[in-house]
Amino acid sequence: MFKAHLLSWILWFPLLGIILVWFVPRDKVRLIKWITFLALLFDLVLSCVLLKDFNFAESGFQFVEKANWIELINAKYFLGVDGISVLFVPLSVLVSVLCVLISWDSIKYRVKEFYLCLLFTNIAMVGVFCALDLFLFYVFWEAMLIPLYLIIGIWGGPRRIYATLKFFLYTFFGSIFMFVAILYLFIKTGTFDYLELSRHSFPIEVEKLLFLGFAFAFAVKIPMWPVHTWLPDAHTEAPTAGSVILAGILIKIGAYGLLRFCLPLFPHASLYFSKLILILSVIAIIYGGLACLAQEDLKRLIAYSSVSHMGFVTLGIFSFNPVAIKGAILQMINHGIVTGALFMCVGIIYDRTKTRQISYYGGLASTMPFYAALFMIFTLASIGLPGTNGFVGEFMILLGTFLKCKAIVFFAALGVIIGAAYMLWLYQRVFFQNVSENVKNLPGLKFNEIAAVLPMVFFVFLIGLYPKVVLAFMDTSVKALLLYLK
Amino acid sequence: MGAEIKIIIAAIPILPLLASVITLILGRRFFKEASFVLPVLGILISFFFSLFVLSQVLHGKTFEFDLFAWIVSDSLKVGFGFLIDSLSIMMVCMVLSLSLLIHIYSIGYMEGDPGFYRFFAYISLFTFSMLALVMSNNLLQLYLGWEAVGLCSYLLIGFWYEKKSAADAAKKAFIVNRIGDFGFALGIFLLFSAVGGLYYHQVFDNLPLIQGKTISFLGIKWSLPFLISFLLFMGAMGKSAQVPLHVWLPDAMEGPTPVSALIHAATMVTAGVFMVARLHPLYLISPGALELVALTGTFTCFMAATIAPTQFDIKRVIAYSTLSQLGYMFMACGVGAFAAGMFHLFTHAYFKALLFLAAGSVIHAFHHAPDPNDIRIMGGLRKYMPYTFFTFLIGALALSGFPGFSGFFSKEGILISAYLSPYPWGKLVWLVGVFVAFLTSFYSFRLVFVVFFGEFRGGSIFHGEKPHESPLVMVIPLMLISVGAIFAGYLDIPGFLKSTLAHEPVHPHHGEHFFQNLLALIAGLSGILVAWWVYIKNPELKELFPRKFPGIYRFLYNKWWFDEVYHEVIVKPVLFLSRRLVVGFSDLFVIEGIVNGSARVVGGIAGAFRRVHTGIVNHYAVFTLIGIIIYLLVFFYLK
Repeated sequence: MFKAHLLSWILWFPLLGIILVWFVPRDKVRLIKWITFLALLFDLVLSCVLLKDFNFAESGFQFVEKANWIELINAKYFLGVDGISVLFVPLSVLVSVLCVLISWDSIKYRVKEFYLCLLFTNIAMVGVFCALDLFLFYVFWEAMLIPLYLIIGIWGGPRRIYATLKFFLYTFFGSIFMFVAILYLFIKTGTFDYLELSRHSFPIEVEKLLFLGFAFAFAVKIPMWPVHTWLPDAHTEAPTAGSVILAGILIKIGAYGLLRFCLPLFPHASLYFSKLILILSVIAIIYGGLACLAQEDLKRLIAYSSVSHMGFVTLGIFSFNPVAIKGAILQMINHGIVTGALFMCVGIIYDRTKTRQISYYGGLASTMPFYAALFMIFTLASIGLPGTNGFVGEFMILLGTFLKCKAIVFFAALGVIIGAAYMLWLYQRVFFQNVSENVKNLPGLKFNEIAAVLPMVFFVFLIGLYPKVVLAFMDTSVKALLLYLK
Repeated sequence: MGAEIKIIIAAIPILPLLASVITLILGRRFFKEASFVLPVLGILISFFFSLFVLSQVLHGKTFEFDLFAWIVSDSLKVGFGFLIDSLSIMMVCMVLSLSLLIHIYSIGYMEGDPGFYRFFAYISLFTFSMLALVMSNNLLQLYLGWEAVGLCSYLLIGFWYEKKSAADAAKKAFIVNRIGDFGFALGIFLLFSAVGGLYYHQVFDNLPLIQGKTISFLGIKWSLPFLISFLLFMGAMGKSAQVPLHVWLPDAMEGPTPVSALIHAATMVTAGVFMVARLHPLYLISPGALELVALTGTFTCFMAATIAPTQFDIKRVIAYSTLSQLGYMFMACGVGAFAAGMFHLFTHAYFKALLFLAAGSVIHAFHHAPDPNDIRIMGGLRKYMPYTFFTFLIGALALSGFPGFSGFFSKEGILISAYLSPYPWGKLVWLVGVFVAFLTSFYSFRLVFVVFFGEFRGGSIFHGEKPHESPLVMVIPLMLISVGAIFAGYLDIPGFLKSTLAHEPVHPHHGEHFFQNLLALIAGLSGILVAWWVYIKNPELKELFPRKFPGIYRFLYNKWWFDEVYHEVIVKPVLFLSRRLVVGFSDLFVIEGIVNGSARVVGGIAGAFRRVHTGIVNHYAVFTLIGIIIYLLVFFYLK
């Protein structure tokens, strides 16, 4: 009973938290936080069970649950995970848990609503990764927007209204095309069932349009160049937890969508458009990196670095090489960990100084040595230093892509140089040189902040030194995925 | 191979790593002034282990095994593993012996520094990284060590990060190395795609697969072995500071002097030479790549030797000398004399570390001065710092290739190998090598005479007092390293390496080619003589060169304008591109313009509905509906 419905348990358990928090008076702030934290923590335990019981040898979907949902349109409640999605379930929950920790003291008003939003986000995130019915997927996909819209719009920075509107319109605009494509699929086939759809084939011209419909929605979410401009604004204005969820999970959903839907459902179109996407990816890598060099705002810089890093992900996916695709999935996880952690770190000093201007800081390595060391670790992981997780992902992507197209990798690897330049320059301006008057007497890290960041340090090194813990999940599923593209 | 020997081999790099991590975590709170204990202990034990392994290798054994699998995915399989043969054990023993002595020296040198624990954690981490690099049995772990030593170098150059110049130098070192590593990484990809594996034995076994092949890359047709070797050599140019990627090393002197000795003279910067020697079968099948190595080395060797005599910063002079000596090593590799290059790497490690540490001892005495590295405030120090003087003199003699000192043997080996080499560029390499031998001894003894002879010129800084000799904890390591600097040349390193570098085309013997040896010897001795003539006998002469050839002097003094040219040609355009084009024009003007413009158009269309709907999201819903209808129409039309 429990095992058979494990995914539903993971998916809906936070609902219990929502109900409990709902009935707590809004001034009982501590209780609200603890309920949210414990609910998500238990959810994390559940998702660890998922990892433990996952069968590496099985290439298809596991933990499948299927029930009729809206019979009128033949939409089903259809959940399941394979080697590509299984890792994102615990990652989503982990990010949510850490978001509770990092927001513990920094969210000061409308606390109840904030934690309700977080719990709601968690349901939507997990749902996106488990849904195997296109309609259900679309519901979760759009449902994610609502809490994030609120999180940025209510608890964000000074320009939050502009940012949140832009974020919403941009991604919603992208989604319509996917929605239309989904409708078309339904009208033609009479089903939203992913497995059934993946057995269908369409005329190549139709396939191309359907591919574009899906891919555009995903491209906005990832975000690929040139539809990336919502990201810097959204990241910059979002509260720390919002940025962490955006960077950690939300933008991964785009890349996940490409892997889950575009490649298997529209293989011919994927091959047809692969050159284009590879080129856009390389542009994103270099363009994002160059844009980072010009940023004066901590969060904007890290946001643009996401554009660059996600370029590596799309590069890996569309090189159709098993090493590169695994590298891309790994890089999605890595980016979630590292960029999520970097946003937490920025949030930590933002809470103390209320500014994100890089020039405001200086010499933090002297005043907050422990914090500086943590930031250094994430900087190095972001740069892709061997021994950290960032290296394994980048290396696998570039190596795999190299086997397909050498020139593309030549330009993509230039992005690695730029990556080192902007991150180290950032580090120098914030942590080195003379201690700025502004940061002389900053208080040290609090327990909740350390607890939020330290797990990320652990994963940076774990994946960096022993990536097998992650790669083992993907092997058979990626192999199966590539069969579609033969 | 027994399990014990595996454990011992694995422990050699792991002990310094453990010591480093523990010191880094607990040092600030708990160890404080005792932070050196664990790192020193770890390296001491590792050193004894390495001697044991050396004794095994001397009995003709080699070891290769994987510790555990690192990245495994489809055709890509790499592990953390070790290959212990004469080449790697030589490096291991050299690294550990110097690291140990420099750790001890640093106890005195870094005393009282607020970052005391950090320093020991970093150099211990460096020792681990360097060992991981040289002991590796595959290219990817080499790359890990390669980047990790780069990280330690970054952290240690920027050790006094409050100084902007130090922070700048650290960043510069990392980024310039990244440029080299860009090529190195591409080389690894290309090698993997050509031979299907990254273990050395896989590479060497499959060399016939790539020999004579061509490949088209970026629209150009390349010889495959050349392209692989060239890309890998780019990494070596960065790490071993060869032109045009040499600009970071002189700036790296911002780091504490023990760091300059260990990392930026003896060990890390020689990693490029080691890599080329390690992959020598690959280079041997690509004469074009060998030529490139030889000429790069020759040019760097010459260029750095012309800059060194014009500098006034004692550490920078030695740094340029390091560039120049690294050039010698690449010269040797480029003429196919890998063992001669490794021999010079070995002797150079000792005498150059010695020079840096002795210079450090001087700087330690001058630490009150506004610029303690400036040789113009020194002078006559042999009276006040006799041990330092004596050891510095030994280092300078060894560097100059004075007969009987270690540098004499190794430099002679390189020059003769070049002279006898079967390659057409060998004679040119030899000629430049001999000339640089003259310059080398000139600038070395310029330092000796200016710093240790003549009158003491730092009176105002010391308020009439005199500088003192450094404490024993610094002087004893100096003396021990001077033993190495003298006697390292008597070890038959080329013979020892024969088992690994068996492809050696020429085997020069001592005593033959009397004339060529004599010429090199005369070049070296005359350099000392000229330095004596200019700096002791006729001090007014030293102004002669700047006065007579101000243009050339400025050119040399400003290091051939490399930094300035790079600033104009690379740094400025990239920043322009980033600020004006990417962010200013493309991102904020074009893309945002389109996005906001279309939002305005939508707003305009939706304006018609404004009486019914309020709020922009609702406007948008209308647009959504229109979009859906249009899209569906398109679809059904297509059907």
